Amino acid sequence: MNHWIAMPILLPVLVAALLVLVARRDLVIARVLSVASCVALVGLALALFVSATEDGTHMYALGDWPAPFGIVLVLDRLAALMLLLTSVLALLVLVYALDGSDREGPHFHALWQFQLMGINGAFLTGDFFNLFVFFEVLLIASYGLLVHGGGRERLKAGVQYVVVNLLGSTLFLLAVGLIYGVTGTLNMADLAARVPEVAADDRALLHTGALLLLLVFALKAALVPVHFWLPGAYAKAPAVVAALFAIMTKVGAYAIIRLYTLAFGADAGASAWIAAPWLLPAAMLTLLVGMTGVLGARALGQLAAFSVLGSMGTLLMAVGLFTEQALGAGLYYLVHSTLVAAALFLIAEQLGRRRGRSGDRLEAAPPVAQGSLLGGLYFAAAIGACGMPPLSGFIGKLLILDSARESVSAVWIWGLILGTSLLAIIGFARAGSLLFWKSTAPAYAGGATAKLDPRASGTEPAALLPLAVIGVLLAGLVMLTVFAGPVSEWLDVTAAQVHDPGLYVDAVLGASGANE
Amino acid sequence: MELLVATAVGVLTSAGVYLLLRARTFPVVLGLTLLSYATNVYLFAMGRLVVNAPPIIDARAVSHTDPLPQALVLTAIVISFGMTAVIVVMALRSWFASGDDHVDALPRADAKEGR
Repeated sequence: MNHWIAMPILLPVLVAALLVLVARRDLVIARVLSVASCVALVGLALALFVSATEDGTHMYALGDWPAPFGIVLVLDRLAALMLLLTSVLALLVLVYALDGSDREGPHFHALWQFQLMGINGAFLTGDFFNLFVFFEVLLIASYGLLVHGGGRERLKAGVQYVVVNLLGSTLFLLAVGLIYGVTGTLNMADLAARVPEVAADDRALLHTGALLLLLVFALKAALVPVHFWLPGAYAKAPAVVAALFAIMTKVGAYAIIRLYTLAFGADAGASAWIAAPWLLPAAMLTLLVGMTGVLGARALGQLAAFSVLGSMGTLLMAVGLFTEQALGAGLYYLVHSTLVAAALFLIAEQLGRRRGRSGDRLEAAPPVAQGSLLGGLYFAAAIGACGMPPLSGFIGKLLILDSARESVSAVWIWGLILGTSLLAIIGFARAGSLLFWKSTAPAYAGGATAKLDPRASGTEPAALLPLAVIGVLLAGLVMLTVFAGPVSEWLDVTAAQVHDPGLYVDAVLGASGANE
Repeated sequence: MELLVATAVGVLTSAGVYLLLRARTFPVVLGLTLLSYATNVYLFAMGRLVVNAPPIIDARAVSHTDPLPQALVLTAIVISFGMTAVIVVMALRSWFASGDDHVDALPRADAKEGR
């Protein structure tokens, strides 16, 4: 086995420790270290991506303890995809943050690295309790990042976010305890092997534990009815943090995909597909609530947060169908929605900076510097978020609709996805026309728009970097559209691999020897 | 002993949930603490309750207790301890910044901005 599997966890944690010790006062060193770490992570993720594509599922036994007893890391195509997406997003958003967002409070870069450690760990781990620990790591870092820069509203939202997530952690422990009490294992592969053999008397307990766990993952993924924390927290968070958090809800979705196909999937006997009857209706409601929120949002940040909620609904609908085809479509949409959400939050921040006191609120204000450029970026992101052609959101939704054809709830899925797309189009069009077209007549019109508001001098060369980052994120959507064929072929193979839990179990338990 | 442990978990949980539903930060923090105590005792009981047995397999011992839940509880205690500290600090900062300790909303700010 290769030791590189542990590196996406080790590298950020070592860099974070170094940042706290060495670079707490020196911003330049901190920036260099942090960006270097993120670049290295992208390289690592690419290497692991290639290795997972070519050689199938890898297992890495931490401390060389054999599989069901020690903690293992497992790298399969799904985990490799999530790692790659995380590292690319983190690098891009970090580059954006160099424009000044990282100066607003202390320890931004260290928290950023800890956050990456937690996210990467959650994607790689093959053990429940370890998953809990990595969830805590990423949450602790996210508490710090959420209140980065301070401010009354942000702190208030931060306290709510912490309380909700602490409650989630408590439920996680209860669920893990229940599952351990019934099956006697915490290893996911071992659990998959033991679930079919659980005695009939204990099955109710096992299901309680499993569904409690679904509730916890739903909380992370912001699924109705445990979605209330998301719009407030994401809208109040600093834009760079909200953009990184676009991957955090996907951690919940990833955990749902992982657990309920592996341990409670087709091979689980009487426990097969226990998540399906709960997940699909909840996801439908989430989509409806999210896109209705888009329609009623008062600020662009809030609108972006609600569109994240809507996209989670669409994604988990695809997951909730629990078929290979739907999962492949869902994964395509996952990549797309992560990029588009990050771009939206960053656009909202750029706009908020240029509009003085109006911020990113949806109200008429004097025209902004680089208005047409920002408007163009917003237009592209909105097309992506609504799922209109020609960008990848359209292809993602099309794939999901196509995969839902056979389902008994196909009518509901088609109706909801198409209906909410209309809501989203109206919401985004209304916001865009308010922000970019309905300007109050400037008192000294005619001159260069950049001179309207001294605080909003957006034409400085320094402002090119953030716009470039948004451009790259949107270019990612274009690439995803152009290469939709190869990408969705790769994702279909991934979905097939996820739906064949035997591969995962064999990789972990079969190789119960040591790391070579 | 089962009855005692089960009652303790139940009482701690119900008190914790009650406190969690209060509107101000201090009772909420206390509620979270009680809930984490309940979880720890509960996790401990998930390895089955055994008295006077070592957590290692030993030729001289007649029986042994499951060591894994003990390790889990240890981790959970450390994490919940740290989390309590974090939320106390954040609640204090929030109180200093906004002048009230309501968890759910900003009644005064909302009234002012006419939301």
